[in-house]
Amino acid sequence: MSLATSVLAGERLAMARLLSQIENDEPGGWETLGELFPHTGQAHLVGVTGAPGTGKSSLVNRLAHYYRNPPAGEPQRKIAVVAVDPSSPFTGGAILGDRVRMRDLSGDPGVFIRSMAARGSLGGLAPTTSSMVQVFDAAGFEIILIETVGAGQAEVDIARLAHTTLVVEAPGLGDEIQAIKAGILEIADILVVNKADRPGVENTERALRSMLELGHPTRRVVNHHGVVESIDINSAEKDFESLWIPPILRTVATKGDGLPDLVRAIADHLEHLETTGERHDRDRTRLQSELEQLIQGNLVSRWRKEVPDSKYQEILESLIARQMSPHQAAEILMNGGPTA
Amino acid sequence: MSERKIRVLVAKPGLDGHDRGAKVVARALRDAGMEVIYTGLRQTPEMVAEVALQEDVDVIGLSILSGAHMALVPRVFEILAANGQEHVKVFVGGIIPDEDVPRLMEIGVVGVYGPGTLTGDIIDDVRQAVVGAPAA
Ligand code: B12
Ligand SMILES: Nc1nc2c(ncn2[C@@H]2O[C@H](COP(=O)(O)OP(=O)(O)OP(=O)(O)O)[C@@H](O)[C@H]2O)c(=O)[nH]1
Ligand SMILES: [Mg+2]
Repeated sequence: MSLATSVLAGERLAMARLLSQIENDEPGGWETLGELFPHTGQAHLVGVTGAPGTGKSSLVNRLAHYYRNPPAGEPQRKIAVVAVDPSSPFTGGAILGDRVRMRDLSGDPGVFIRSMAARGSLGGLAPTTSSMVQVFDAAGFEIILIETVGAGQAEVDIARLAHTTLVVEAPGLGDEIQAIKAGILEIADILVVNKADRPGVENTERALRSMLELGHPTRRVVNHHGVVESIDINSAEKDFESLWIPPILRTVATKGDGLPDLVRAIADHLEHLETTGERHDRDRTRLQSELEQLIQGNLVSRWRKEVPDSKYQEILESLIARQMSPHQAAEILMNGGPTA
Repeated sequence: MSERKIRVLVAKPGLDGHDRGAKVVARALRDAGMEVIYTGLRQTPEMVAEVALQEDVDVIGLSILSGAHMALVPRVFEILAANGQEHVKVFVGGIIPDEDVPRLMEIGVVGVYGPGTLTGDIIDDVRQAVVGAPAA
C-alpha cells in the first residue's frame, strides 16, 4: 500500500511519517502530498493566536474536547491540532510544550496532535505548517486547530492560512491597551478574553470593544501577488449585511466556561464565510500566495545554481567599492553573471 | 535549514512528581539543537507511546525517580512494539538501582542515567543512537 493510501485509510503511523517527510523537505513527502491534494479543501481551519501564556493551548484542548464529546444533538467531529512553538535562533533547537495542556485528548483515535518548531520562520507558523494542515485535511479531519507561536507580532500568516482566526487575550498582561496589538482587528474573526476568572476581565474586554468600535471598518488582510494589504470595507463591493463583526467572548479554558458560545461563534463564522462566498475567496487567496512563495523560493535557488559563487562575490565587491549601484549589480547577476 | 532535526520526547510516566531532572535534560537537548516534545507529569505508558507515534520522534527519554521503572518501562516497550514503533530509541534517567540496569538494557533501553550525569554525555549518546556518530 502506498503512503498516500495508508494516510487516506486513516493509518496514524503513516500520517506521522508523512508529516515528518514534509517537515524535513523530503521529495517523497511532496510527492505523496501531491497524491493527497485532491482530497483537501474539506476541513474547517481554525487558527488560535495571541500573546504567550494567554491560554491558547488550554483553549485548544477544551475546543477539541468539546468537538469530541458534544452535547446531544451536535455532531462529533474528527479533530487535528497543529501546535507551533519557537525555535531557538542560536541553536535551532526547540522545546515543544503545548501538549502539556492537551492531555485530556489522549487515547482518542479521533484526535491527532502534532507539535512543530517554527524553524526560523517569524510569522508565528513554521514553513511547512500549511502543508501539514493539508495532510490532515486529506486524511479526513474535519476541524483543524492551529496554535501559533505566542510571538506577539502581527500574526498575518495565521490569518492567511485559517478560515477562522481566534485571537486570545487575557487580563493581567500589564497595561491592557499595550497588550492588545494594533494589528489584531485585522486578523481576528473572534476575540476571546480567556482567564475570565481573573481580575481585570472588564478592562480587557472594554479595551477590545473600544478598539473594535474606534477601528476603521477595515476588512481582513488579503494577499495580492505577495503583498499583504487589508481591504477597506467601503471599497469592497459587498454590502453591509455581509460584514462580519468579531464577537468578544469570555472563557475560562481551565474549567471550560464559555465553550458552547465559542463553539457556536466558530460555526457561525464558517457559515458567514460560506454564505458570502468568502470561504472560496480565502481559499483562492491562500493557494495563490502559497504558489507565489514557492515560485519565489524556486527562482532564487535556481538562480543561485546558475551564478557561480565567485562571480557573485566579484559583483558584490564591485558594489561595495561603489563601482556600480545595487540595481546595476542585480541586473548583471540576474543575467547570468559578469561575463555573460 | 533542511538539516534533519532530531526529535525527542521527554516524558515522565507514572505518578512521580520529580520533574527537575526531566526539565534539565529537555533544555540541554534543546540547546544541542534538538526538538524536544515535553508532555508534563503523570503520563501513562499508553500516553507516552501515543505521543511518540503522533510526533514521530526518534527518541523517547523517560525520567523516573519513583522506583516504578520496572513496571513502567517494559510496558512502554510492549505498546511501542504493538504500534510498529520498534525504531524509536528509548533512554531512561532518574533513580534506577544498579541491579535493574541490565534488565532494562535487555528489553531494549539504549542507556540508563542516574543523578549527577553530565548533560553533555546524554547529548552525545542521543546523537550517537540516532545519527550513528558522536557530536561533530
Ligand atoms: C528535589 C527532590 C524532591 C523535590 C522535587 C522537586 C521537583 N519538582 O522536581 C520534592 C521536595 C517535591 C520531592 C518530593 C518527594 N521525594 Co524527592 N527528591 C529530591 C532529590 C533531593 C533531588 C532530585 C532532583 O531534582 N535532582 C536534580 C536533577 C537535575 O537530577 P535528576 O532528577 O537525578 O536528573 C539527572 C539524572 O537522573 C538524569 N535524568 C533524569 N531524568 C532523565 C531522563 C532522561 C531521558 C535522561 C537521559 C536522563 C535523566 O539526568 C539528570 C541530570 O544529571 C532526590 C534525591 C537525589 N539526590 O536524587 C529525592 C528523591 C528522588 N525523592 C524521593 C522521595 C521518596 C520523595 C517523596 C516520595 C518524599 C515523600 N515521602 O513525600 C516525594 C514524592 C514527590 C512526588 N510527588 O513524586 C526519593 C526517591 C526514592 C526512590 N525512588 O526509591 C529520593 C531519591 C530521595 C531519597 N534518597 O530517598 N523530592
Ligand atoms: N486562571 C486561569 N488560568 C488559565 C486559564 N487558561 C489557561 N490558564 C493557565 O495559563 C497558563 C498558560 O496556559 P497555556 O494554555 O499554556 O497558554 P498558551 O497561550 O498556550 O502559552 P504559550 O503556548 O506558551 O504561548 C497555564 O498555567 C494555564 O493553566 C484560565 O482560563 N484561567
Ligand atoms: Mg501553548
